[in-house]
Amino acid sequence: MTNAFLEISNGEKIAREKIPHLSFDEFSKTALLVVEDGGKVVQFFAYEDDNDIKFMAVLRTDKLFVAGCDAPDSYPALSKACEPFHMFEREIAEQFGMRPEGHPWLKMVRYHANCRDVPDVFGNDYKEDIPGNYNYYQVDGDEIHEVAVGPVHAGVIEPGHFRFNCIGERVLHLEIQLGYQHRAIENLFLNVQAKRLPILAENIAGDTTIGHSLCMAQAVEALTSVTPDKGAQMIRSIALELERLANHIGDLGALSGDVAFLPPANYFGRIRGDFLNLALLLCGNRFGKGLVRPGGVRFSLADDIRETLAERLKELKPQVEHVLDLLFSASTVRARFEDCGIVSTYDAEKLGLVGPAGRASGIPYDVRRSFPTEHYSQIDIPENKKPTGDVYDRARVRYDEILQSIHIIQSLIYSPVETQCVDDSNFNLPPSSFVVTVNEAWRGEVSHAILTDNRGKILRYKVKDPSFHNWNGLAMSLRDTGISDFPLNNKSFNLSYCGFDL
Amino acid sequence: MIESIILWLLAILTAPFFSAIMFKVKAFFGGRIGSPLLINYYTLIKLFKKGSVYSTSTTVVFKLGPIISFASAITVLMFLPIAGHNPIFSFNGDVILILYLMGLGRFFTIAAAMDTASPFEGMGAAREAYFPIICEAAMFMILIFFYRLTGQLQLSAYFTGDNTIVLWNLAGAPLLFIVISLFIILLTENSRVPVDDPATHLELTMIHEVMVLDHSGPDFGLIELGSFCKLFFYSTIVSRLILPFDFGFSAIGYFVFIIGLIIVYVTVGVTESVIARYRMDKVPQFVLTSFALAFFATIITLEFI
Repeated sequence: MTNAFLEISNGEKIAREKIPHLSFDEFSKTALLVVEDGGKVVQFFAYEDDNDIKFMAVLRTDKLFVAGCDAPDSYPALSKACEPFHMFEREIAEQFGMRPEGHPWLKMVRYHANCRDVPDVFGNDYKEDIPGNYNYYQVDGDEIHEVAVGPVHAGVIEPGHFRFNCIGERVLHLEIQLGYQHRAIENLFLNVQAKRLPILAENIAGDTTIGHSLCMAQAVEALTSVTPDKGAQMIRSIALELERLANHIGDLGALSGDVAFLPPANYFGRIRGDFLNLALLLCGNRFGKGLVRPGGVRFSLADDIRETLAERLKELKPQVEHVLDLLFSASTVRARFEDCGIVSTYDAEKLGLVGPAGRASGIPYDVRRSFPTEHYSQIDIPENKKPTGDVYDRARVRYDEILQSIHIIQSLIYSPVETQCVDDSNFNLPPSSFVVTVNEAWRGEVSHAILTDNRGKILRYKVKDPSFHNWNGLAMSLRDTGISDFPLNNKSFNLSYCGFDL
Repeated sequence: MIESIILWLLAILTAPFFSAIMFKVKAFFGGRIGSPLLINYYTLIKLFKKGSVYSTSTTVVFKLGPIISFASAITVLMFLPIAGHNPIFSFNGDVILILYLMGLGRFFTIAAAMDTASPFEGMGAAREAYFPIICEAAMFMILIFFYRLTGQLQLSAYFTGDNTIVLWNLAGAPLLFIVISLFIILLTENSRVPVDDPATHLELTMIHEVMVLDHSGPDFGLIELGSFCKLFFYSTIVSRLILPFDFGFSAIGYFVFIIGLIIVYVTVGVTESVIARYRMDKVPQFVLTSFALAFFATIITLEFI
């Protein structure tokens, strides 16, 4: 397919002058064309350059495309014709005060003032820091009742507000308001020393430490033209799979706990800890913090650690298989999972769902297959898509991926590869460059984009967590579902609050 | 009479202990050691030492809820033949009074929940009002069954002395149905899995627990103790039916009684461990099973006995 956008590859350094700078009309027309043809939005953001605001979009079909344009203060919303832009346009409106005219649901994303000091698109004054300060979508009727949950929850989880419009036990509509953890991470990236970038990236979302640090590290490596050695790539792949394992197993345990089926909940809780401890073995931190650095990894995989790792995996594998069997063969559990919270493939495409949630709804997209990084080009990842998009399928995707991840790690640790450990060091980014990286973290596609100015300073650092796409999937799954099934659906997505809030 | 009162007091005092057996069984299936057997006493002591917090938006109805539900639970125990002995009170028709005393307790729990005007508690109250209605139908079917056999409407006519053995001799096969039916009612009325999940922290899925979220301190202690007593009530009936032997006032009689109780509590614990909770809209079907079983049992007695 040829279009006005420039075809790029994952983690490729592009000189900014090479990126097509289109007129807004052409930009919008081409972007809509690509996405209507089944393309998806990877990044769509605004940035300030020489006192002008510009847009840049990275789209994907089976390839990645990039283009930019000058941003008008108000423009006809792309979401009108093409739903996948919906969240991105709201984010731009909030961050830069650009009004998308005719946007179907122009609502704040995280509740903060825009960076240009122009009048707020949403009419907020931000004198008080209340993300939930907003007129929620309402349903009228005698028998309608509203249930407000959060931002403080009963469990030990992050803050977020959920507003249900129900008729009896049935949910008509769920509206989710996040932003309680907004830390302006993207702006933090602009003003720190280079060697602090990895620390920031690691802390975007604690449970996706490896996913985000990989995106950051690959972006910096691309910009500074460094290629990590083969051993580092393998260690990074192992770390990413360990992260996937620990989280998927934790999720299945939580799903089991939510239907009051306690044995797997307890066993998986323990086994999740075992996998976190494998990450501890690898780098001294259960969440993999401090492992990935631009240029490679900080810890090599010594032979004795490799052997312990292999040994423990061998021990854990039958346990995992046994508990998976216990969970998935219980008929009462299946009765709860099946037909609960269905997101159709049509809806999932429109919402742009990614990761296990997308695969459960029949979208096969997996970055490890489509845009492989690290060692993944040499690993055969099966297509894990499922047909129905209910809780059962979301659990089933995790089931498959758990077994695959164990297999991947086992195949990697038996081949010893030397790596030269890197240390925290300063680096200088090249001027006027752009790079975008995507990786398949356990929740789905994580993407970072870096734009540098003509002095090599970071002009714009854009982070996108898979939760940015998937929160709307959760809202959609609750339509016409019993309100008592909300916790179950919530766990089946298990999205990040801080990854969304940034 | 004195023995009856002592038994009644002992029932209230030991009810928390038996509930802890259930926790132990669940912990065993979950691969955990679990909380100590006296955990419920520690919890109750902790709660009674605390003060209660009342929301300014609640009224006296909110304060009445725990008191009346506890009072009704212990009053009901006065009519219960424990270990086959005569209860403190007994008269023909007392079963109806018992059913509605428990209804009264539930009514005030629901009223207290509605009084908070919390959307969660309203939902829980709606669920709590709905499922026991089906239970009530099943209970009356069971009463009709017992009335057919004994011609009386009082618990002591069914569960004291050798009355229970006589029942088994009269209609053993249909009585099996009744045992299962009563066990389902026990699970429903006491908010156990698969109807409700007493261990969850998720307000949106709770039934009973969500209604008492706003109660604290001694009020909450009364509610907890009341629910232990309620479970004890149903368990005693079921255990008497499965071990109907009469030993009079003897140590072996109490021993058999306690074994029976433990069997029931362990069965509840096992049930909770091996099946997941049903989806909310499937729960009525499960509860209706108890009605169907009691109904068939009654029909069998009508036709063949």
